[in-house]
Amino acid sequence: MKAGREAFVLTAPAVLLFLGIVAVPLVMTVMLSFNEWSSTVGIISVMKIGNYREIFSDVYFAEIFLRTLRISVLVTAACIVFGVPEAYILRRMREPWRSMMILVVIGPLLVSVVARTLGWALIFAGNGLLSQFLLSVGLTDAPVSLMFTETGVVIALTHVLLPFMVLSVWAALGRMDQASEKAAQSLGAGQFTIFRRIVLPQAMPGVLSGSIVVFTLSASAFATPAIIGGRRLKVAATLAYDEFLNTLNWPLGAAVAVLLLVAIILIVVGWNRLVERRYAEVFSQ
Amino acid sequence: MKNGPLALAFNALFIAFLLAPMVMVCLVAFTSETYLALPTNGFSLRWFYKLAEYPEFLASFKTSLGIATSSAFLALLFAVPAGITIARYRFIGRDALNAFFMSPLMIPHVVLGIAFLRFLSGLGLSGTIFGLVIGHVVIVFPFAMRMVLANASGMDKRIEDAAASLGAGRVTIYRRVILPLIIPGVASGFALSFIQSFDETTMTIFLASPTTTTLPVRMFNYIQDSIDPLICAISALLILATVILMFVLDRVYGLEKLFVGEGQG
Repeated sequence: MKAGREAFVLTAPAVLLFLGIVAVPLVMTVMLSFNEWSSTVGIISVMKIGNYREIFSDVYFAEIFLRTLRISVLVTAACIVFGVPEAYILRRMREPWRSMMILVVIGPLLVSVVARTLGWALIFAGNGLLSQFLLSVGLTDAPVSLMFTETGVVIALTHVLLPFMVLSVWAALGRMDQASEKAAQSLGAGQFTIFRRIVLPQAMPGVLSGSIVVFTLSASAFATPAIIGGRRLKVAATLAYDEFLNTLNWPLGAAVAVLLLVAIILIVVGWNRLVERRYAEVFSQ
Repeated sequence: MKNGPLALAFNALFIAFLLAPMVMVCLVAFTSETYLALPTNGFSLRWFYKLAEYPEFLASFKTSLGIATSSAFLALLFAVPAGITIARYRFIGRDALNAFFMSPLMIPHVVLGIAFLRFLSGLGLSGTIFGLVIGHVVIVFPFAMRMVLANASGMDKRIEDAAASLGAGRVTIYRRVILPLIIPGVASGFALSFIQSFDETTMTIFLASPTTTTLPVRMFNYIQDSIDPLICAISALLILATVILMFVLDRVYGLEKLFVGEGQG
């Protein structure tokens, strides 16, 4: 009755706003990606799939998309390996240490990505801290630079995204009953067995949701790969940027952006399906 | 359960890794050399004084503050009524509507940048502050919405019924009962939106013109050209400001509440 009208009146402005400034620009971008471009004329308004054909047939683009995928998988794996134990350790920590450590884990999320990546650039440079350390330890006899390398990008991105994994697993472990750990211990289970058989299964939902966040954010990351990877080591996001703002080939840049968006949506939807199915099996057992 | 020595060592290394780049930036900012170096020959403020010769950074800082404040405010203007409705009513398409409002979280900022550049240049608004604010509203909207939702979902509906039974009209109920109750959600939504907008770099790179460049974009462009102690000094100031803000937010809201359960950033 009246409630329906009220709900409509209250949500309509936001819906209209979103249609105007989210849906319209995205549709315009998709349309732009079908246009053509020449260095003399600029954008030619036609509806052809030439840009997509170019991206799918040229090895140059395949290499960049594969690199983006490789970096995202490695960053996600690193975040799981380091983030899950850290979340567990934080859960077992006592106050006030716990609150302090949480602050340190969340803190970097508030600091500009540019400032954080700058720090890694200082560490990675040929005359940087890492190189000097490796030289003094004797692990290398020439300066090492991780600038413009995939390893460097993976390390810096892991640093940027680790807090998301820790927070996600931390939230999942918050519902954990400490009594089951104590029970396992009293039955003679070792530390490692408790972690593997009791903690990990309960952390799983957090690991899965954290993974999808970390994966999609690293696949679409721009500032970190742009600063650490530079022009030499392009990923999908920096490729779209270069086509748009340096080459000025807007249609091709738009096509790269559309492909990135579609890939990410497919991965998120597919991942959620997979997770739901997995948990459906658990529940029916 | 207590953490063993191995766990504590892991924790120490983990924290060291998280802090390393920021500590590095702050140390280099105090160097007395003319090039990038750790301050091994004593600390110096020369690079902080040098900032005075670069007024464009201060101008960008002000631009960032303005955009963050207005986009957080505008986003809340739309997110508060929508959030209250989604939290309190059950209607067909409610989940779909919620997903629709959260959708910007899934869109890479590079894609948003391209989409807005296309959109705004079509309207003749590219490079304007207004265009930047519109873009930032989209980015911060999900964060504003989530905080309002979380707060409004926990509200006791009987309070509203009590007000109605005492003869309050719908408008009075909103003004005197519902809005005061969700003030904490609105405030934390504002804080989170402000931070997200202030730190946004990727989308803004596409939209900013030389006169409307925000601080992170100005820093990014500078780093693309050269990395020197000057940019470290700016970053160090930004890190200091963030640390202060973090302690304030932690005191007022509890940082954990603001971030746990949050999907993206």
